[in-house]
Amino acid sequence: MTLLDLRGLSVTRRNRPVLHGIGLAVRAGELVGLIGPNGAGKSSLMEAALGLIPFTGTSDLAALDPGHRARRAAYLPQSREIAWPVSVEDLVALGRIPWPGGGRSPADRAAIDAAIARMGLEGFRRRTALRLSGGEQARALIARALAQQTPLLIADEPVAGLDPAQQLACLRLFRALADEGHGILASIHDLGLAARFCTRLVLLAEGRVLADGPPDQVLQDALMRRAFGIITRRIDTPDGPAILPV
Amino acid sequence: MRALFAGLGLLVAALWLASLLTGPAGIAPAEAIAALVRGGEGPVPIVMTEIRLPRALLGLAVGAGLGLSGAAMQGYLRNPLAEPGLIGVSGMAALGAVIAIQTGLALSAPLALPVAALTGAALGVGLLVALAGPRGGSVTLILAGVAISALAGAGTALVLNLSPNPYAANEIVFWLMGSLADRSMQHLWLALPPMLSGAALIVSAGRGLDALTLGEGAAAAMGVSPAGLRWRLVAGVALIVGPATAVAGAIGFVGLVVPHLLRSRVGARPSALLPAAAMGGAALLLAADIAVRLILPERDLKLGVLTAIVGAPLFLHLIWKTRSGGRV
Repeated sequence: MTLLDLRGLSVTRRNRPVLHGIGLAVRAGELVGLIGPNGAGKSSLMEAALGLIPFTGTSDLAALDPGHRARRAAYLPQSREIAWPVSVEDLVALGRIPWPGGGRSPADRAAIDAAIARMGLEGFRRRTALRLSGGEQARALIARALAQQTPLLIADEPVAGLDPAQQLACLRLFRALADEGHGILASIHDLGLAARFCTRLVLLAEGRVLADGPPDQVLQDALMRRAFGIITRRIDTPDGPAILPV
Repeated sequence: MRALFAGLGLLVAALWLASLLTGPAGIAPAEAIAALVRGGEGPVPIVMTEIRLPRALLGLAVGAGLGLSGAAMQGYLRNPLAEPGLIGVSGMAALGAVIAIQTGLALSAPLALPVAALTGAALGVGLLVALAGPRGGSVTLILAGVAISALAGAGTALVLNLSPNPYAANEIVFWLMGSLADRSMQHLWLALPPMLSGAALIVSAGRGLDALTLGEGAAAAMGVSPAGLRWRLVAGVALIVGPATAVAGAIGFVGLVVPHLLRSRVGARPSALLPAAAMGGAALLLAADIAVRLILPERDLKLGVLTAIVGAPLFLHLIWKTRSGGRV
């Protein structure tokens, strides 16, 4: 089942073309890694797909009315903003805003409890989210997105700034979600992690999709040189490939 | 949290009653209540229904409105230092009133002054919409509000500068200090309908304010329209502070301090803070209005002066906490 379908999507910001003619689909069961240099338009692609910024072309998500769309796709922005010292439980409960029930119905409670349990936040329920460490805040924000109970999750650099253990935990969770039938689109800078966990990679550079396919096919020398201007060394280990930029 | 709301409700009810029973006429409480309920002829029923009742009701409405709009502005701008005056509407309302006093228009009819103030407020909103536009962000809104406030302040200063005699200037300065003394039920009927519709707009934006806790992008992705939310907030706050300033003058610090004081008690959720700040604002203003009548009954201590005297130290405390690294 296709959860996101972008066709001929172009974004222009301040008269500068950012993306041009993007075609991209995310199906259920896929963890799609969006890679590309800084400024390639990864965040713009996600925001346009959700209909948060003006674009031309088509996005099946952006065509939905906002309430319906919010029950189809959850979005984790790059900036992990928590404006007020709310409790972790109240923070996770924000994920229920698109659903009827005002955050208090049995379905809401069940979704919030499940999200908190899945992210291992039971011990933090009553803690103030702002007083948690960066990694714990990131987990609480992912729990918020899980509580939204959407088939599709769009995450902008979800592992940036996390320690190695948290990075692995986050990507393992995303992979598990994909295996359960969710679709996930996540931008990621660590090529090694992207190769290990993503079912598919999309390389974004020069304002368009340079490559789209299985990690081995996308992480080719020629493509890496063209997109990032670097050479990569690939070392295969029993735990998966290690990609070393040199 | 239920205990907090029950406590605030009781506090507001008690202060409202106390406001009804406070005044220079020195009417015994039982007599005062009886006169209010039964009505009738004579000085006591007139004092109760035409002086004290409008004063107590206006204290309730203006205080609640300032607290509510303060909580709404802080929630929308995600900044604990925001306050209702930020969008410039109260400044423009004050300018309208000052012009009415200066030109003598205020003496032509009992409601001429508040109507002139409402006109000023409406002009302020028009200017705000023209400057901040339908697509501007919250920063544009603040900048436009600051510019309008500066303009209104300059206009007020100009009127004072050009005032023909010290008495006119005196009257203007006293009006600007804010007061609920000598207001009639007509003032209440003029201010209440827009204030209630403004409150309804703000309350309807509660969930959107909660979503904004996660930032504008995440909120928009959860189905909260940024433009719709901004429109509701600006219209709601303008519909409250315009009429509030028109009938009571400039009363500062209530909208700034009350949401800050109550935030931690409601778990910092912006939507839960709205009703709490409304009740807290009503309680603070009613208490201040009782205090001005008790502290210096013969000197006509102004309400806005008292709220600033109480509010400024609280504000300093807030700055102190921010400065010493604690989260506000």
